[in-house]
This record gives sequence, C-alpha cells and structure tokens, in this order.
Amino acid sequence: MSEAMNSQAQSAEAESVIHPDLTLDDVAVQVDDLDLWYDTNQALKKVSLDIAEKKVTAFIGPSGCGKSTLLRCFNRLNDLIDICRVEGEIKLHGQNLLGPDVDVAELRRRVGMVFQKPNPFPKSIYENVAYGLRIQGMNKRRQLDETVEWALRGAALWDEVKDRLNDTAFGLSGGQQQRLVIARAIAVQPEVILLDEPCSALDPISTLKVEELINELKRDYTIIIVTHNMQQAARVSDYTAFMYLGELIEFGETDQVFTNPRMKRTEDYITGRYG
Amino acid sequence: MNPGIRQWIASGAPWVWLNAAAVSACILLVAGLLALIAWRGLGHFWPAPVYEVVLTNDSGVNTTLAGIERDAEVVPAERLREAGMAIDPDVDEVRRILFKTGNRDVTGEDFVWIIEPAIALKERPNNLVVVERTEWGAFIGRLIAVREDGVTLAQSDAWQAFLERLSRADALRVEIKQLETDEIGSVNYQLERLRLNERRMEIDGADDKAQRADIEAERENLAARYASMEEALIRLNEEIQRDSVVMRTADGEEVELPISTILDAWRPNDMNIAEKAGHYVHKAWGFVSDDPREANTEGGIFPAIYGTILMVLLMSVLVTPLGVIAAVYLKEYAKQGLLTRTIRIAVNNLAGVPSIVYGVFGLGFFVYTLGGSLDRLFFPEALPSPTFGTGGLFWASLTLALLTLPVVIVSTEEGLARIPRTIREGSLALGATRWETLWQTVLPMASPAIMTGMILAVARAAGEVAPLMLVGVVKLAPSLPLDGNYPFLHPERKFMHLGFHIYDVGFQSPNVEAARPLVYATALLLVIVTILLNLLAIRIRNRLREKYRGLEI
Repeated sequence: MSEAMNSQAQSAEAESVIHPDLTLDDVAVQVDDLDLWYDTNQALKKVSLDIAEKKVTAFIGPSGCGKSTLLRCFNRLNDLIDICRVEGEIKLHGQNLLGPDVDVAELRRRVGMVFQKPNPFPKSIYENVAYGLRIQGMNKRRQLDETVEWALRGAALWDEVKDRLNDTAFGLSGGQQQRLVIARAIAVQPEVILLDEPCSALDPISTLKVEELINELKRDYTIIIVTHNMQQAARVSDYTAFMYLGELIEFGETDQVFTNPRMKRTEDYITGRYG
Repeated sequence: MNPGIRQWIASGAPWVWLNAAAVSACILLVAGLLALIAWRGLGHFWPAPVYEVVLTNDSGVNTTLAGIERDAEVVPAERLREAGMAIDPDVDEVRRILFKTGNRDVTGEDFVWIIEPAIALKERPNNLVVVERTEWGAFIGRLIAVREDGVTLAQSDAWQAFLERLSRADALRVEIKQLETDEIGSVNYQLERLRLNERRMEIDGADDKAQRADIEAERENLAARYASMEEALIRLNEEIQRDSVVMRTADGEEVELPISTILDAWRPNDMNIAEKAGHYVHKAWGFVSDDPREANTEGGIFPAIYGTILMVLLMSVLVTPLGVIAAVYLKEYAKQGLLTRTIRIAVNNLAGVPSIVYGVFGLGFFVYTLGGSLDRLFFPEALPSPTFGTGGLFWASLTLALLTLPVVIVSTEEGLARIPRTIREGSLALGATRWETLWQTVLPMASPAIMTGMILAVARAAGEVAPLMLVGVVKLAPSLPLDGNYPFLHPERKFMHLGFHIYDVGFQSPNVEAARPLVYATALLLVIVTILLNLLAIRIRNRLREKYRGLEI
C-alpha cells in the first residue's frame, strides 16, 4: 500500500518537473506512459518520449536507471522474463507493439538489436549474417550471397572478411565481431536498430570504427543507443534522454542537453557529480 | 609443534601428497583389474606344454597321465594326511598341481589335482596331441592311426594324414553349417511366415481361395527346396563321417575318434614360438568370431558380442531423443517452480534406483502389458506363442533406455544451462521464434553435452546385467537379432549378452574349471567393447566441441 502511494508521489514529482517540450517532424517510435515492473519492483515509471526517424537517440543515466530495460521494450525482449509486466503504449510507426496479438518475431525483424558483448553464433561469418535471412525463408544462394555482401559492406566489414567468409566468426577480433553482429542486424533490413552499450567491450580504435558506422547507418535507420559513455552520446547522437531511477528526467537535442541542461540532476550527472 | 612441520603443513604439501596418493590408488586399482583380467583371459589361448607324468602311489604302483598345468597351490601336509594320503612326516607343506587331463569320456573327469611328492617322472614328449572336440571337451593322447571307412591307412606320416583329413572335415563342416543355419534356417523362417499369414487369414475370416492357393503353392515350393537341401545335408553328413583316428591315452587305452567330432588338433611340445603365436591368434580370433559350444564352456562368444553392441546402439537411439526432448521441455519451456524442481529431484533419484527394479518394471510393464497388448493387436496369428509378449531385444533396450534416461536428461539440461543468454537473445532479436532459436542455435551448441550424456548412458548400459535377465537375455539364443531374413532387424528376438555370459559361464556352468579362463576372456572383451563404444561417442563429441569451440569465452 505505502509503496504504491510512494510511487504515486514519485511520479507526481516527475510530472512536476519541467518536461522537455520537443516537437519532432518525423516520429518513428512513440512511447506513452510506459510503466514496467519486475515482480513488485517498478523499473520504469510513466516514461513518455518520441524517437525521431532516421536520427540517433541516446539513453544515458547511471547504472540501474532503466535505460536498458526501456531499450528492451522496443523489441519486447523483456517478454523472456517471467516476472516482467508492462503497461502503457509503444507505437512503431503508429502501430502499438505491446498488444497481445502482436507477432513478436515479426516485430523483432523490424526492430534489430546489438548487444553489449559481441554475440556471434558458433557458425561461419557468412552463416552469421545469413541467419536472419534464412529464418525469413530466403534460401536462394545468389540472393543470400548478395544480401550478405551488402550487409557486410553496410557494416564496414566486407573488406576485412571477404576472403574468409566460411571461417568461424570466433576468429574475428572483438570489434570485428561487433560489426559482424551489426551486419547481421541490418541484413534483415529493420526499421529501427537498438544498440545496447555496443562499445563497452571494445578497445578505443574499435569503438571509433563502430561510432563511425553509427553515423553512416543513421542515413537509413532509426537508431537508439544506450551508453554509459557521455562523450560517446555527445559524439554520435542527435537526441539524448537522461534517465534516473526509472524516470525520464530530461529529453532533448543532444547539444542542448549537454550544453544547457534544464534539470539540476542532468547537469549533476553530465558534469560527473554522481553516476 | 616443530615450526618446520607447521610450515610444511601450512604450505599445503601434505594435501597435495594426499591428492596424489588418492589418484595413484585409483589408477592402481583400475590398472590392476585390467591386468588381472587380461593376464588370465589372454593366457588361455596360448598352447601350453603338455606333460606326461608318472605317479607312484603308496603301494608303489605306477600310473601315467598326460595333461596341461593349469594351477598350483601350496597346502598344509596335515590336511592331506587327514584325507588319507601318506605324506612324509617331516614335510609341513605340499605343493599340488591342477592338471587338465581332458578325456572326460574315458576317465569321467578332466581336471586332476596331483601332489608334487607323488610325481616320479615328468617329461614333455613331442608326440602328445591335444584334440579339441565338439563334445566331451579336450582329448590328450598320442596318435596311433588314421582310418578311412574303418580301414587303417598305410601311411608313414600319420600326423600329416590326420591334418589333411582334418582340414577336409573342416571344409565340410563349414558347408553343413551354412546349409543348416543359413539356407534351411531361411526356408524354415519363410515357412513359419506362411503359416502365420494363413492363420491371420483364418482369424480375419477373409478366406480368399486365390490367396490360399498362392500360399499352398509357395509352401510346396519351399518344401521342395527343403527336401533337396535335406538330401544334400545327408550326403555331406555321410561324407564327413568317413574318417576317424585312433588315439592312445597316456595310460595306454586306445580310443577311436571320428574326425567329424574333431575341431582342431595340435602338438604343443612340438611347436616353435612362431607356430605357437599363429595358433594363439587363430584361437583368439575363434573366440571372438565363433558360436559357443557345450553349454557355453567352449567355443566363441560372437553372438554375445553382437547382442551387446546391438542392444547398446538401440538403447542409444531410444534414449537420446527422449532424454533431450524431456530436458528441453524442463529447461526451456516449463515454468520454473516447485513442480519442475520436484520433477528434477525425481529424475535424479531415478538414477539411484537399483537396476533390478528396472528389470522388474520392464518385465511387468513393457513385456507383459505392452508386449501382451501388441501381440493381441498385431500378432494374433502367432498366439498362444508370444511375439512381443516375451523378453526380447527391443524391451531390453527400452528398459535400459529408461535406466539411463536420468543421465541424459541431467547432462542435456546442464548443456542447455551453459549456453550464454546473449546467444539466445541474439537469435530472438533477429526475428527467430523460440522454436527456431532452439533448433538452429541452442541444440547444436548443446550437442557436446548431449553426447556426454550419451557416453555416460552407454557406459552404464553396456555393463548392466541384472535387468536384462528379466527382459530378454538368454543363455543361448538360436538366432541373431539382426540377420539376412526379412525384415532383417528382429527386435522381438531374445539375444545373448557379454555380461550375462560372464555370469552364466562363471556360475551356472557344469564344468567350472574348464570355463574359468573363458570368464576372464569374456570379461576382457566386455571391457574392450565398452571402451570402444565409449571411444566412438567421445570422438563424436570432440568433433562437435571443436565445431562450437568459441563458446567457452
């Protein structure tokens, strides 16, 4: 009882803060009043924001603030967790994706994801990229070859691996593996790509390559990135959302959030006073 | 305490020594066991020298006997005196020797203990012959003459003549065996099928004249084939009985042995080392490739090897899919909670149930209930003789599959648990369903663990005997469960098994002394078969591991 009242009080506080007013020309994903619980523990509280089409949106915030949880709502990966419960709406190009009748596999094809640690399958480089294509029933050799090459070029990996497509993917370096995973994600031509701290396991040079790649990719895809690295958020994103304890504290254009934050807590975090 | 000792204890060195000692003890035990089995089992096939000994008894009468030394022990002289033997009063202990004398048909016993002081003369004459026969065990004596149709041959070298005739008889024996088991066996099998077809027609009430005529024609055809084969068989049997040899035992009795009953003959004292080695290989191969004779105490154990391997393979084929499917459901689909925990505990406990209990269950449920129903439904024409309603290869494999199921489930579950979550999520995030993720990624990656489960299952199943005695293993199976008769694999047939063979030869045999080396040889083979099956599975697993190597990051 008291906990419920507590959370009500908290969300009241959240609403009382000046919410960033942002008007976007072209919205890819709309999040409306999203609440999420792990059992009785509320991890997201009344989160609402719009993700711009073909731009990079970064989620920043201290550990445990719910940014990865929010990201995993976009492709409903939280469904795998039995005790997880979601309320509210997320619309992808106008279509609610939290409904019970949504084809989750189809949704995940439209919303690709890249994880914190590179997770190539124990298959060849070629088969890794072809995995999603085969799942969709593409099995003509030529079509597969073309798409795999296209995806690897798109992930700026083609020149490095074109001579060893049939070698195991585990032979690649960490940075190459992460780009391979990105190639795997774009091979199925999703509308949105989710990046969950994609560079946290990479060395600086590989990080740079992936960041360059993100800049390339936003021409064709809507990108949402979760990152711990503030410089990275500043470098790659167009919009930034700052989250704290399950609430969206501030959301705006990256320049504005980093140079002129409206909220004290955002400023504290960005300037490194906590986090 | 002495600071030096304290430091030594603190350094952990005693602990390391203890560990090393434990490992050494394990290795010693295993190596000792294998060495014992190998020594006792492998020595049996070596052509041991034959001794002719002259014994002098208390009243000064000499007896002569010939035999092979099989064992020796030292006994207290007191015990022998009590048994009524006159032993020199100064002697405390007497060595006595177990001689394999053979000639059971002549003397009534083929093993004799001889006390060493009674031996007046002991020598190894070159002309002593050991004869291996189809019945009555071995014969040891000297070759006197070779006879053809009862007429003694006037040939200078009787031994050479004997060997020639022996190889002729061997060829005939092979021919007879082929005719008897393969061809006549096949005709009998087809006749039985015809009878069953006819019976089925009667039961179904479909009395089709044309069909009946067909069956009748087929039967006449088979009967004609049978008749001609029988004729050939009679002719061959007459031919093989043409020759015989006259042998004299060590104490001078002459015996005529038909060559048709002689399988092999050799003069061990006259053989050089190369000949002995050749003889050894020949005998060892015969042991592996021949059928047993004389209530399993002689001959080979081929059907038992065959039955063991076939049963283990069939068991693997049955247990793997069942175990993997169960483990996948438990780990991947079932909601984790009290129920799955209970099931898991129950599965683990199943592994601890004594195997004979599985045998009882297999007999009661598989054989009588399931098999009985199958018979009534599908094989009514054979009733009242049961088809599946009695123990057989299939039920034995199924019972062992049940016995080894927990091992497969547990190791598959462990394999599934070891697959990183990110791999599953990676597949799901690409739009694969859980089913596709399972088949394309998770199961292939868990396959080494599944193979580990199978290795453990094979190891356990190959050595299991107790439940098999109830569900299909027999002392002597008339035919192999996989042969040339359609439909080739006969899962309802009873079969032989190495483990049961050891028990049978070792403890149920009418001639324990004769059978003892065979027990060791069979045990050695069982160990070898188990190791080979395991090696095969390990090889497959290593190949799979290599394929999914990158996993262990």
